[in-house]
Amino acid sequence: MKRRVVITGLGCVTALGTGVEDVWKRILAGESGISEITMFDTSAFKVHFGGEVKSDVWTTEGYIDHRETKRVDRFTQFGLTASADAVKDSGLDFEKEDAYRCGAIIGSGIGGLNEIEEQERRLILKGPDRVSAFTIPKLMLNAAAGHISIRFGLRGPNYAVATACTSAANAMGDAFKSIQYDDADVMVTGGTEAALTPIGLSGFANMKALSTRNDAPAAASRPFDAGRDGFVLSEGAGILVFEELEHAKARGAKIYGEVLGYGSSADAGHITQPDAEGTGAARAMSAALRDAQVEPSAIDYINAHGTSTPLGDKAETTAVKRVFEDHAKVVNVSSTKSQLGHLLGASGGVEMIFSLLALRDQVCPPTINLDTPDPACDLNYTPNSPQEREVKCVMKNSFGFGGHNASLVAGAVR
Amino acid sequence: MASILERVTDIVSEQLGVDKDKITPETSFVNDLGADSLDTVELVMELEEEFDVNIPDDAAEKIQTVGQAVDFIEKNGSSS
Repeated sequence: MKRRVVITGLGCVTALGTGVEDVWKRILAGESGISEITMFDTSAFKVHFGGEVKSDVWTTEGYIDHRETKRVDRFTQFGLTASADAVKDSGLDFEKEDAYRCGAIIGSGIGGLNEIEEQERRLILKGPDRVSAFTIPKLMLNAAAGHISIRFGLRGPNYAVATACTSAANAMGDAFKSIQYDDADVMVTGGTEAALTPIGLSGFANMKALSTRNDAPAAASRPFDAGRDGFVLSEGAGILVFEELEHAKARGAKIYGEVLGYGSSADAGHITQPDAEGTGAARAMSAALRDAQVEPSAIDYINAHGTSTPLGDKAETTAVKRVFEDHAKVVNVSSTKSQLGHLLGASGGVEMIFSLLALRDQVCPPTINLDTPDPACDLNYTPNSPQEREVKCVMKNSFGFGGHNASLVAGAVR
Repeated sequence: MASILERVTDIVSEQLGVDKDKITPETSFVNDLGADSLDTVELVMELEEEFDVNIPDDAAEKIQTVGQAVDFIEKNGSSS
């Protein structure tokens, strides 16, 4: 028999801040974290704004010492700070746990892009002998997973997942299974990303994937709105502590909810464009429902992938209708990317946190900037204000370049 | 202008995250400051950069303390 998995700790780093409760209040209040990019000069770029984690909302101080900070890329710094908050929130003391029963599976779409760019500059300007000895251990995509295991002494399952914007969702799916199938009792999981860099910004912009609403950054991420023109590139981390139910109960842990099901699939179509019919996305959702053994009508809230791209939001809408049929009109859907932009491989982690808080607080967070609904997007997207309602069961969707689709279902512990 | 010792101390302090007042010529990078092999490579690179000096691998292996680094730079460095 599969073991039951609950969530006992949450931690995040976002453009709206770092404390989960504070960020949640801002999400419900409909605040936007999107603003002018200050980390580098964007004057020559098509896009001048993003979901930058600015130093007034986040520093490594108190989390990572000076020496370690130099040895890890920004995406690992985000991952370490969010993990520290999640572990603290869980109340777990890993020194009292069997280290081999505790692990970490961390998603990232791109890994250490800052480090790649910095060392490439050194290579060109100063030559190969000046490329840092830390280059590889900083840029490697599994660096966050490795450093998190080192920080907390976790010797159980430990690896990174790279499926672009589905990374965190796939990581959480794997963490869920690790505990279900008795490979571990506690898993630190989620995603982290820091690709708001010159190459990240220009690369995504030149794909025409990004919104170019430079005159109104806070209005740029507008999932499901007729005026949407692309996603907003953001950075940060969303980390959760997954724990076996009896293990959590035995130590009297606070429980946010239970992970009930996970499903994944591939479009097997185009490397970046979503399947217009949402066939693969629908499959991930229905597989997650099947795994959870819940009917579609049991889902009260869907935290959509909803990136604010013209094709993606429409395809997801089609997929939701395909799976939920009549219930599609009833279920609350929203995209919290409207407030935070797209954290790529970290998005699923941060958004899973909001899905659990919706469950806890019985309120669905809004999709902001939804002023003129697109006729092709005709669900209840919880426009512009949060909606209080009974929330017993939630779904989190994530889709990524490569054609990866993943859905998770969570509910209150029964 | 700062002495070679002061400049080496600055680099070691920055690179290994230790207070300058804890660094003396006798301070060993590995034994006292816990430097690992990557730190050592990085440190040598920073010294080469700062003093515009080439530190070959066999020489780098013999530089284990702050004082040994200063000696090498005094003997091999340019006037900068």
